[in-house]
Amino acid sequence: MSESLLQVTGLERHFDGLKAVDGVSFSVAPGEVVSIIGPNGSGKTTTLNLVTGTIRPHAGTITLEGTRIEKADSARIAEHGIARTFQNGRVFATLSVADNIEVGLHSTLRASRPFRGLSNIFLLRWIPLLGELFVAIVGTPGSRREEKQVASAVDAEIHRFEARLGPRRDDPAYSLSYANRRRTEIARAMALRPRLLVLDEPTAGMNQSETTEVLEQLLDLKAEGQAILLVEHKLDLVMRVSDRVIVMDGGRIIAEGAPEAVRQNPAVIEAYIGRRREPARDPNPGAPE
Amino acid sequence: MGRSELTDTLIAGLLRGNVYALGAVGISLVFGVMNVVNFAQFSFFGLGAMLSWFFVSELGLPFYIALPLVLLICAALGFVINISVVRPLAKYLPLAAMLSTYAVSQILDNVSQIAFTAQFQVFPEVLPTSNLAIGSTRFGTSDVVMLGTTVVIMAAMALFLKYGKIGRAIRATSQDQEAALQMGIPVGLVQNVSFVIASALGGLAGVFIALYVGVANPGSGLNIGLTAFVAATLGGLGSLVGAVVGGFVLGILEAFGIHFFGDTARQIIVFVVLIVVLIVRPGGLFGKVPLLSAEPLTGTFLGKGRPLRIPRWVWPVAFVVLGVAVPVFGSNYVLTTGTQVLIYAIIAAGFTVTAGQAGVLALGQAGPIAIGAYMSAVLTLYLGFSFWIALPLSGLVAAIVASILASPIWGVKGHYISIATLGLGIAIVAVIQLVFPQGLYNIPVPTFFGTPLSTPLAYYLIDFVVLVITLVIMWRLRRSHLGKVISSVGADEVAALASGVRGRNYKALAFAVSAFFAGVGGSLLAHQYTYIDPTIFTMMMSLLVVTIVILGGVGLSYGAVIGSIILIGAMELLRFTPELRIIVYGLVLILVVRFRPGGILVRKS
Repeated sequence: MSESLLQVTGLERHFDGLKAVDGVSFSVAPGEVVSIIGPNGSGKTTTLNLVTGTIRPHAGTITLEGTRIEKADSARIAEHGIARTFQNGRVFATLSVADNIEVGLHSTLRASRPFRGLSNIFLLRWIPLLGELFVAIVGTPGSRREEKQVASAVDAEIHRFEARLGPRRDDPAYSLSYANRRRTEIARAMALRPRLLVLDEPTAGMNQSETTEVLEQLLDLKAEGQAILLVEHKLDLVMRVSDRVIVMDGGRIIAEGAPEAVRQNPAVIEAYIGRRREPARDPNPGAPE
Repeated sequence: MGRSELTDTLIAGLLRGNVYALGAVGISLVFGVMNVVNFAQFSFFGLGAMLSWFFVSELGLPFYIALPLVLLICAALGFVINISVVRPLAKYLPLAAMLSTYAVSQILDNVSQIAFTAQFQVFPEVLPTSNLAIGSTRFGTSDVVMLGTTVVIMAAMALFLKYGKIGRAIRATSQDQEAALQMGIPVGLVQNVSFVIASALGGLAGVFIALYVGVANPGSGLNIGLTAFVAATLGGLGSLVGAVVGGFVLGILEAFGIHFFGDTARQIIVFVVLIVVLIVRPGGLFGKVPLLSAEPLTGTFLGKGRPLRIPRWVWPVAFVVLGVAVPVFGSNYVLTTGTQVLIYAIIAAGFTVTAGQAGVLALGQAGPIAIGAYMSAVLTLYLGFSFWIALPLSGLVAAIVASILASPIWGVKGHYISIATLGLGIAIVAVIQLVFPQGLYNIPVPTFFGTPLSTPLAYYLIDFVVLVITLVIMWRLRRSHLGKVISSVGADEVAALASGVRGRNYKALAFAVSAFFAGVGGSLLAHQYTYIDPTIFTMMMSLLVVTIVILGGVGLSYGAVIGSIILIGAMELLRFTPELRIIVYGLVLILVVRFRPGGILVRKS
């Protein structure tokens, strides 16, 4: 596993005594698509939130290309190359589609963000902030060149969903349909040019044809060599797109492997359908459902 | 400090805390069921005090009849205010409803001033105040009755909320309004009942403060109201136990603070306590802050809507009208009013990046304005600086000082950040008052190559140039990558962080930019007035800035010019009748919020 992109070991997080994530370990290789499935409340989203730094783990390590990131905040993790989307969709409602994507480019910019290496240091962080303010108001030749690159990068991301987002480019995100908000969010995440793309139920609330469309796009991304960590309920999509599937229940991983193998696994069937074997052999008493 | 002094101070603290607790419970109750910070509550303190004075002193009614009458009137008024103003507006934008409650409070205070005059009235001693003693500590039946009443009321409230039908409905509504509605709870009724209870409690607190202090005037509610408000925040908005605890904690701390440092330190103590608590426990002592803010399905609290498309020809026309026509044809009166409009437009335009883009509705801009004004005055008066150097320098100092003071609060969320900035503004002015208790006279007028520029025309032109520069800077900022990044923080901070945007840094930067322009505006004010003292930089000033921004469209810097023309310019027309002026101010605000919740230049969509 030395060549893995993301390595998670012994991850734990509890909320007021409830162990939402309880000793989870897994890895994602470069270019690999890994899906996490499991019943509601099994800890999938919490795992994603931990990996992306949205909440902090209580124990365990997370390593991205050899760098430990379990203590980093989400901004720094984004700079390390993990981009994500959220379960219900979080777009910047008052910004246009294009501006949403431009914010996604933030961590890739250099000329618009002079001295950006200092942004995490107490007091000295004002140097890059004032630098950014100067560039914003006055501008430099470098920043003007970068503006053009930003514009073409935004175009490229919109092009991914040309038919849907193209006509809505300058509309504020709050006016978009639910599905278009999800697309904007994916485009914004891709703008980071992430090493690992983390998607939290990208097709939630979408109908059959929209789900198929997302599937096509995920397959395209996979073909481009994009590593993806995916949480998703729609098993057809998961089976089609994943290289490997991780099944969670009660905050633990109960099965892991190739999509077909996981589908046949009795523990998975039990977790999903809730059929009980003899109580004495129940491996996980008290687990929800 | 001897033992008797200690108990004396403690009793004084308990009595003050008693009043704060009553007020804070009202504020917290309304916040729980409506998610609106209710400034109108402030007025009920003043009103309760004045009404009870009127009934007892003027009409000669016995106190035990006057008290229920006061409560009844306050309750009825609260009902009218809720159904006519607060509830209709809370639907559109809780922030707008908050501002409209401030307008209501202004109207109430002024009506009360017209009815009872602004003079301090001596409150009769209805109950003995010094007839009992424990050891060497003296107190009165009055004190016992006040504390006893509070205990009884709080116990009754607790039972009502726990077992009463409407009490349960109140708790359900404050947990989840949508769900309560779906379960058939009459949310409207619940909100009315809460508002009525809160208003009556406010009136009661007013009566108590009059009994305790012995004098009252219609404006005396503001200070107590602010402290009660801080008490509610301290306990955690929406938590009634928190409100009671917050009230007593604050009352006692304040009493000891006054004992040791004198009365001028009062406000500083109150707000230092507030800010420390918010940093340590961002949701207040008994409040809970969710780990992740809810994922917004439809957007954020920032007003939604598209800015009206401004045709290109408007800009040169506006430039010519404001920059040429007004100076050439305007009378001195128009020009003097115009300078006020321009200065507030500068301050408000600079504020749009904080309020509209970073999404921080700071309520304390009077703080940086005051820093700028005093800095400029000191630089030119005592250090021999020229106005032209002092002007940008005071903006810079205002930005630096305000940023240092505000640096701990950027982790605070939601309504609490507004309240923290409100406290910050008041604390800054209080500190300035400690340093310069007298005010500064003879601030030099600007000169241009030796010629003093003291005419209204000269002031107007200076301010106009500064405004144009401000607008250009704000326009450049808004269009830049930085501007979009700041807006993303205001729209959804969690998502911004996930995109690699350090939200706190950008909120701090936006606030610094706004404080810079506030400081510049303060400097312009100081050199125009040539005299400044702390009474200029009030909470009213802070809220005026906020209102201007909301009126024009919260994120539009040019909207601030429109807002300023309406609020400063048109209000000037009513200067001959100050009471009416504030009433009209309140009505304008309420009407705009009702029909254009996103601002005059923003179309609802």
